[in-house]
Amino acid sequence: MIPLVPLAVLIPLVGAALALTVPGHRRLQQAITLFSLTAVVVLSGALMIIVDAHGTLVMEVGGWAAPFGIALVVDRLSALMLAVSAVVLLGVFLFSIGQGLADGDDDTPVSIYYPTYLVLGAGVFNAFIAGDLFNLYVGFEILLVASYVLITLSGTAQRIRAGVTYVIVSLVSSVLFLAGIGLVYGATGTVNMAQLTVRIAELPSEIQLLLNLTLLIAFGIKAAVFPLAFWLPDSYPTAPAPVTAVFAGLLTKVGVYAIIRTQTQLFPDSSVDRLLLIVAGLTLLVGILGAVSQLDIKRLLSFTLISHIGYMIFGIGMANSAGFAATIYYIAHHIIVQTTLFLAVGLVERQGGTTAIPGLGGLMRSAPLVAILFFIPMLNLGGIPPFSGFIGKLGLFTVAADVATPEAYWLMGVGALVSLLTLYALARAWVLAFWRTPAKVTENAGAESRAPKPTTTEALMLRDREQALFERLQDAPGAPQQAEQKDIPRLMFGATAGMVVVSIALTVFAGPLYAYATRAGENVAHPERMVEQVLGSNPESDSGPGGGSGDTQPQEGGVDE
Amino acid sequence: MTMPLVLVAVMVVLYACGVYLMLDRSLTRLLLGFLLVGNATNLLIFLMSGSFGAAPISSDATAEEMSDPLPQAFILTAIVITFGVSAFLLALIYRSWRLAQDHDDRVQDDETDQEIATTRALAATEVTDDDLAETHEYEELDDTSADSNAEANASANANANAEASANANANRGSGEPGEVRS
Repeated sequence: MIPLVPLAVLIPLVGAALALTVPGHRRLQQAITLFSLTAVVVLSGALMIIVDAHGTLVMEVGGWAAPFGIALVVDRLSALMLAVSAVVLLGVFLFSIGQGLADGDDDTPVSIYYPTYLVLGAGVFNAFIAGDLFNLYVGFEILLVASYVLITLSGTAQRIRAGVTYVIVSLVSSVLFLAGIGLVYGATGTVNMAQLTVRIAELPSEIQLLLNLTLLIAFGIKAAVFPLAFWLPDSYPTAPAPVTAVFAGLLTKVGVYAIIRTQTQLFPDSSVDRLLLIVAGLTLLVGILGAVSQLDIKRLLSFTLISHIGYMIFGIGMANSAGFAATIYYIAHHIIVQTTLFLAVGLVERQGGTTAIPGLGGLMRSAPLVAILFFIPMLNLGGIPPFSGFIGKLGLFTVAADVATPEAYWLMGVGALVSLLTLYALARAWVLAFWRTPAKVTENAGAESRAPKPTTTEALMLRDREQALFERLQDAPGAPQQAEQKDIPRLMFGATAGMVVVSIALTVFAGPLYAYATRAGENVAHPERMVEQVLGSNPESDSGPGGGSGDTQPQEGGVDE
Repeated sequence: MTMPLVLVAVMVVLYACGVYLMLDRSLTRLLLGFLLVGNATNLLIFLMSGSFGAAPISSDATAEEMSDPLPQAFILTAIVITFGVSAFLLALIYRSWRLAQDHDDRVQDDETDQEIATTRALAATEVTDDDLAETHEYEELDDTSADSNAEANASANANANAEASANANANRGSGEPGEVRS
């Protein structure tokens, strides 16, 4: 079973390499991508079953024993994240095929799209199965570099502007993460997470706190928690619909996953839990207040994305196995539902020509199916009872009631309020976009009132080219109306409907899934078992002198004796 | 552990200069700042390897005399990543500079963001209770095609009102249409 583990990363990487060797053969590239992603879906499903039945899988890359070589670890949490993200990647990929075929995008430079998409997948999977901190960093970098390319795809002015913000913020967080790894290595002499469990516990608590905060800030930027989240609604909405969907579903969750790992495996008895709860409450509130005030559905959804990260941090901050279980279920739910919503907005954009709420209206009549496809995940995200959003929130609130600290009670209130406001924000968008009288957005004189800035000839020329690009790309918000009123291809519908079905399946199979999440939560709440599995039954004997960095070992550590 | 003071000082200076440059709005300085901070971090990892000694693995020194090879491997990886990202950033900055109207490589503001701050009322103004009252139920509209003219007129008026305000808002709400047309 262990040889299956690295395949999760290798299949997409090999697929990306193959797709790169056949530029211009769009069909072939699509076939390769489709095959790779389907294979990963099957593989991750198999891993989920195997890991659940037989326990954690540990792969020692190159045969080097665990503390020295690179370990790839798949436990229940990793397997679930792999499966969910593989499903999301496949669904969004089908959506983007549908969109691409309909637009006849042969001229746009998207022969890079499919390989980059696969590399993004490889990075995400690598981060999920990383058994050491540096491999996690490499996984992050793979997915980030792929995401830089995807977010600036076709290089229009809007996307470059958004891309610059995104790239710079991500770079800052990467540098912080790398510095954090350096500090962790300096303090403990290892980056293997299982060995870190043992060694960090031996450090003085101030040093633990310092390391914990460094890593938390680095991951917090990636996960978009409150004070570090302002880059997200700025940069995500400008990307093409499928790219935004996959970013919203996966990238922030990789950050949350990393926070779970650091809080459980590296700092199991950390002193920042109260801080996490406060941050969770602020993330929930600030995010949703941002969402309520937005005029653009994509930006609105980006803010709800930030807000709901707060629920996950809430579960982590409660720091018990039930809390982790609730968070794990919530992550699975949120990845699927948030992606589905962004895909549905892609359909809205295709149908109505824009995602700005003032420019939309009467879509219920022209596209009733889109209305339904937006409506179901909307109720789901808002936490209406039969759906998985309700189950996830119920799980969190139950744990909070058991924890019964003042912070937990406060957060229950905030969480319920945010759930209501989510529903309000989304319902407002839905009513305005679908239900009101069709408001035709025509060319109007008001546009000219925008004072034209002085332009150079080169900028003008680029603008012309950009406009030509806009006219070909349906996802350009400013494209002329007639170009946008194309029929929505069946595949786009199919992909979105498929994701809706998956999100409903999370509800239908909530019992087994929540039980699985509970077992996964117990796994991560007991890092000592992981230590045993990765390092063997006697971890101390394995950590010989070579594993550390000699003098940087703290005196009271005593690991190297 | 022995930490060479010179290297520590260099690292501190690199961090300070790098962070200072990264706070600038000009993208080129940002890139330079990123390079400095990246190198400072590499130096930090190097310093974290503790004692320094003979070349690891290749030399025939004993394990105690060798430098720790692992941080060096980290640094190599980090350098490769920094290199790739810098190349991408350069391309991004060049593109941004060419697209900017006055050949300016500063970070652009998000217009949508600013417009939300200046919008007087949100989309709610466009749908009043009157508008909703005027709106036909959908099934009703389907089977009453030959309804009274008065109703049609009323709804046409409502439509015109909604249209006007929607247009006004659309221009404020979504930055791109105006920008592309201008």
